[in-house]
Amino acid sequence: MGMLRLYDSEVASRLLLGTARYPSPAILEESVRASGADVVTVSLRREGAQLRAGQGFWSLVRSFGVRVLPNTAGCHSVKEAITTAHMARELFDTRWIKLEVIGEDDTLQPDVFGLLEAARLLIQEDFQVLPYCTEDLVVAERLLSAGCRVLMPWGAPIGSGRGLNNVFGLRALRAHFPTVPLIVDAGIGTPSHAAAALELGFDAVLINTAVAQARDPVAMARALALAVEAGRTAYLAGAIPARDMAAPSTPVIGQAFVP
Amino acid sequence: MKIQLNGAWRELTASPQTAAAPTLTAMLRVCGYGGATVATAVNGEFVPARARDELHLQDGDRVEVLAPMQGG
Repeated sequence: MGMLRLYDSEVASRLLLGTARYPSPAILEESVRASGADVVTVSLRREGAQLRAGQGFWSLVRSFGVRVLPNTAGCHSVKEAITTAHMARELFDTRWIKLEVIGEDDTLQPDVFGLLEAARLLIQEDFQVLPYCTEDLVVAERLLSAGCRVLMPWGAPIGSGRGLNNVFGLRALRAHFPTVPLIVDAGIGTPSHAAAALELGFDAVLINTAVAQARDPVAMARALALAVEAGRTAYLAGAIPARDMAAPSTPVIGQAFVP
Repeated sequence: MKIQLNGAWRELTASPQTAAAPTLTAMLRVCGYGGATVATAVNGEFVPARARDELHLQDGDRVEVLAPMQGG
């Protein structure tokens, strides 16, 4: 299956998992294990001095033995995203940052202008930026020129479970940047969506809500892992082109003539 | 003096020994964050852990104390 390259690191699993919205920490832990994920996303929030909720969560995540990819979720401005990225780098001790600059609240659509500006600034400061972007080719080109080495286009709005809204656009993105690691981030709802992304040649998928909010998150994590493996294997195997008319699969030569 | 800690106003007293405004490190200890894994920002600017001892808070400062949290 080959390894997934993320800057100067390589990971085996092509399923990256979010850690939010699980019914319990125990189910989160079991889901991470069932998914086989080597990378999980995390965030940072205000810590209450009494509850110290973040401390318990952080011990739990460290016990998983996986790499963490911190995000700048909820940031609506370049300034906020930059400050959050700096705090995340110190807290999680990683140069990776899943850069989100949100531009619109109903769709949680990336503000691609702010995203590009923040990516430039963070790359100058030696961050390894994984930008949450759209499938727009021009934006992708600019992010790559700014120094991004991985792109994370959305499949559909975060948490919507709608799958790949713009298959044409995603296919074009894949074709334009054949060697850039591309991860479909957001919108995956089912294993078939995940398989479809990998079949299109995307290198990986990042999924959270589809697992965390499933009736049985652990089983869904397993189902998604299987789908990702199937999709990647199918991509490497090379699918037949679709056609409009039937083509008999059973050879017709030597068929008996029965009037 | 008063600071805004994670969005809530809070009274802080100056150091009894030196009468200097408390440092960020002292504030974290007094406010119950001793030993916790947190990242800090003051007035929207990141303050690295190594700089907390040197940073004296001022009246009206907005201090953010963040910790790891679930994320997607």
